[in-house]
Amino acid sequence: MTTIAPYRAPQQAGQDGFWQLAHAEWTKFRTVRGWLIAAIFAMVLIDGLGLALVDAGGGVGGGCRASCAAAVPTGPSGEAVLDSFYYVRQPLSADGSLTVRVTSLTGEYQPQGGYVGPHTPSGLASKLVPWAKAGIVIQQSSKPGSAYAAMMVTGQHGVRMQYDYTGDIAGLPGQVSAASPRWLRLTRSGDTIIGYDSADGRHWIKVSSVQLPGLPKTVLAGMFATSPLYFQGNFPSYAQSGGGTSPSRATGVFDNVSLLGGRPGGAWTGEFVGSSERMDSMPGIGFHQAGGRFTITGTGDIAPIVGGGTNTNFVTGTIADHLVAVIFGLLVLAVIGAMFITTEYRRGMIRVTLTASPRRGRMLAAKAVVIGLVCFVLGLPTAALAVIAGSAISRSRGIYILPVSWLTQVQVIVGVAALLAVAAVLAMAVGTILRRSVVAVATVIVMFLVPYVLGDTSVLGSPALSEWMFRVTPVAAFAIQQSVPAYAQVAGQYGPPEYFALAPWAGLAVLCAYAAVALALATYLLRRRDA
Amino acid sequence: MEATIEVAGLHKRFGSTVALDGMSFVVQPGKVTGFVGPNGAGKSTTMRVILGLDTPDQGTALVDGQPYAKLRRPLSHIGALLDAGALQPGRSARNHLLWLAHSQGMTVQRVDEVIEQAGLGTAARRKAGGYSLGMRQRLGIAAAMLGDPPILMLDEPFNGLDPEGIVWARAFLRSLAAQGRAVLVSSHLMSELQDTADHLVVTGRGRVIADTSVAELIAAASGDRVTLRTRERSQAMTVLAQAGGTVATTDRDTLSVGGLPAERVVTLLTEAGVPFAEVSAHRASLEEAYMEMTRDAVEFRAQPVQEATP
Repeated sequence: MTTIAPYRAPQQAGQDGFWQLAHAEWTKFRTVRGWLIAAIFAMVLIDGLGLALVDAGGGVGGGCRASCAAAVPTGPSGEAVLDSFYYVRQPLSADGSLTVRVTSLTGEYQPQGGYVGPHTPSGLASKLVPWAKAGIVIQQSSKPGSAYAAMMVTGQHGVRMQYDYTGDIAGLPGQVSAASPRWLRLTRSGDTIIGYDSADGRHWIKVSSVQLPGLPKTVLAGMFATSPLYFQGNFPSYAQSGGGTSPSRATGVFDNVSLLGGRPGGAWTGEFVGSSERMDSMPGIGFHQAGGRFTITGTGDIAPIVGGGTNTNFVTGTIADHLVAVIFGLLVLAVIGAMFITTEYRRGMIRVTLTASPRRGRMLAAKAVVIGLVCFVLGLPTAALAVIAGSAISRSRGIYILPVSWLTQVQVIVGVAALLAVAAVLAMAVGTILRRSVVAVATVIVMFLVPYVLGDTSVLGSPALSEWMFRVTPVAAFAIQQSVPAYAQVAGQYGPPEYFALAPWAGLAVLCAYAAVALALATYLLRRRDA
Repeated sequence: MEATIEVAGLHKRFGSTVALDGMSFVVQPGKVTGFVGPNGAGKSTTMRVILGLDTPDQGTALVDGQPYAKLRRPLSHIGALLDAGALQPGRSARNHLLWLAHSQGMTVQRVDEVIEQAGLGTAARRKAGGYSLGMRQRLGIAAAMLGDPPILMLDEPFNGLDPEGIVWARAFLRSLAAQGRAVLVSSHLMSELQDTADHLVVTGRGRVIADTSVAELIAAASGDRVTLRTRERSQAMTVLAQAGGTVATTDRDTLSVGGLPAERVVTLLTEAGVPFAEVSAHRASLEEAYMEMTRDAVEFRAQPVQEATP
C-alpha cells in the first residue's frame, strides 16, 4: 500500500476569539429574517401604541389647562413648583433674624358633591389637611420659584424646616394649639439660614442650617399660610371621585413677632403670591393684624409639583408618559431572546455551534452580548422618540410636562433601551436553562407580564402588594422610567407608571441581578450537560 | 505530528444503558476509515465525545493530539457532520456557512469555495429549510470542509443521497483521503463502505470488535472454509475430521469444512469413496463478514439457530 503524506492545510489567517464568536452570533441573528422583523415590530409597537395614547398625564383639569401650565414656575434646581401662599412680609436688607410664636393652625376645604358634614357659612368643610402650612419664610425675592428657607407648623407633620421647594427636615412633633404653641425662628447670616424651634420661647433647638447660594443683600422675610389641594387618599376613592382633590385653606395665628436686622419700624404688608385663580377659588384669603397678633389665611402650596396631578389643578404629565407600551415591545423581544437559543436546541444546531466554539461559556456570553446589543441599539431611538415626540404631543394637548434635567432624560431613554436589552438577555438565559422553545417562551412571558399586571393596584387591590411586584420581580426595572422624584412632604398618588418603589437605577439593577443569576446558571448547565 | 483522532478506553452510560464500553481506536491519515456497527453500537456517541459535545465517564478522545475543547479554531483541525438536519430552516445555506466561517475568523471567499466544492451552487442562497435530505448532506459536508481540516468525521453521510450523490460522495471522500486527510465515516450499512473505505473500525455494544483493513476482514471472514454438499453427511464428517479438518453442519446435506483446502477435501472424499455433489471455497462479502462479526453485538435480533460442531 502506498503511503500518503498527511494533509497539511495551507496556513490560514483568522482567530476564534470572543469577537469572532460575537460576529458569528450576529450573523446568526440577522440571517433569520423573522427575528429581525419581530425586533423591529417590537419597536413599532412601543412607539406606535405609546404615541397614540391620548389620555397621558393626570390631574383635575377643568377650566385651567394651558393657561395655568404656561405660568408654572420652576425652583432653583429646575423642577416645576407651586409657589402660592399668603405672605405678610417686609424687606430684610442685612443679616438678621425673625422669630414668631404660632398658637393656632386651622383649615377648611371645599367638599365634593354629597358632603353632609360640618361646614362654614361659605360652604367649606372643616378639615386641616395634613400638609397645611403656616410659619415664617426668608425668600430671595417675590419672583415665583425663587430660593427660600422656611420654618413652619403643619397640619399633621409637626414643625418642619423646608427650603428650596424640595428640602424638608422635621422639627418638633405634634400639633400646634393655644395650649401647645410653637416658637419658630430663622436667622440669616449671608447665604446661610438657620432654623430653630422651641415649645416655650426660651429653650431653642436648631433644626437645620441651609445654604441659599447667591442670596442678595436684601431679601424678604415674613409670615405665611398656605394649604395644598386636599388629596383624599389613594385607590379606590381617588379613582371613584374622578379627581379626588379639593381646594383647601389654612389659617395660622402668630404673635410675639420679632424681626431683628430689618428696617426699624418697617410695616408688614400682605400679598397673595402665586396664581390668582387659586385665590379666587377660595374665600377668606388674606390677613388681619390686631396689636401684635397676626391672623393669616392662605391657600396653595410651596412645594414641588408631583406627577399624577394630585397637587395641581391642571393636567400634568411626565416625559415617560408615552412609554406605556414598552412592556409589549419587551415581551416580543423576550420571546426573540428565548428563541435565539431554543431554536438551536430544537434542531440540534447547538451541536454545530458548540463544535465551532467548544468554549461554551464564551459562546453564551457572545450570544448574550449580541441579543443585548441588538435590543439596546434598536431600543435607544425608539425610547428617544417616545420621550421627545411624546412630550411634544402631550404639550400640544395642553398637558404640562414636568420639566426634568437632560440627565434625567438620558436616564429614561438609555434606561428603557437597557431595560429591553437586559430583559432579552435574561430571556436568552432562561431559554438556555429550559432548552425547549414552548416552555421557555411561556416562562419569560409569565415572568414579565404577571408581575407587571399585578403591579397595577386596581388588579390586586392592595397597593402594598402591588408595590412589591416592582420591588422584587424582573419588572422592577421599569423604575428606570421614573423621571420625577416622589416627595414625602407632598401628598400624592405615588404609583406606577409615574412612581416606583425602587430608585430608577436600583430597579434596573434588580433586573440585571436576575439576568446575571440566570446567565450563571445557564453557563453552569451548558458546561455540565451533554449537548 | 500526524493529524489523527485517538480514542482510548471510552466508557459512557446513559442511565442504565451502557453506550460506550471501552471504545478505543486510532484513525489514520490518508485513509477512509469506515466506522461501522449496528444501531446502538455507540458510533454517534463516540463521535459526540470526540467533538467534546458529550463527556465520557472514563477515557479520552484526542483530535490532533488534544482534547477538542483545547483546540484553537477547531474547524480547521477537524470538520464534522453529525446531523444534516441541524440547521435553522429559515436561514439560507450560504448564511449557515457564513456564521460558521465568522466564528473562526474565516472569509466569505472560503464560504463560496466550499459551496462550489459541495456542489450546492445557486441553491446555496435558498432557505435550508426547503432542502432535501441529500442537499442537507451536501451542505453538511460543505460545513465540514470550511476550515480545510486535515481530519474529517462524517456520521452517515450517504443517508438520503440519490445514486448520483452517493457516487459523488464516495469519490469526494476518496479524494480527501488521497490528499492525506484522515477521514472517518460512520455507517450502519457495510455495503455503503465497500468501495469507499480502506480501513474499518467495527463496533458493537460500545466497543471495537475489529480494527482492520477491508481486505483482511474479508479474508478473515472467508477463512479457508469449504462448503461441501453430500448425501453421506456422517461419512464425510468422519473422513474429514480424521484428516484434521473441523466440520460443521450448516444444512441437512451441507457441511462447512475448515482447516482443509478444497483440493484436499476432494482427494480425501474420492479416496474414501464418499459421494458429493459440490465442493466450493467460501468467499465472504464484506456484508457477510460484518454480519458474522457483529452477530453477537447486535442488540435486538431474531432467536439464532445454532448447531454445535459434534
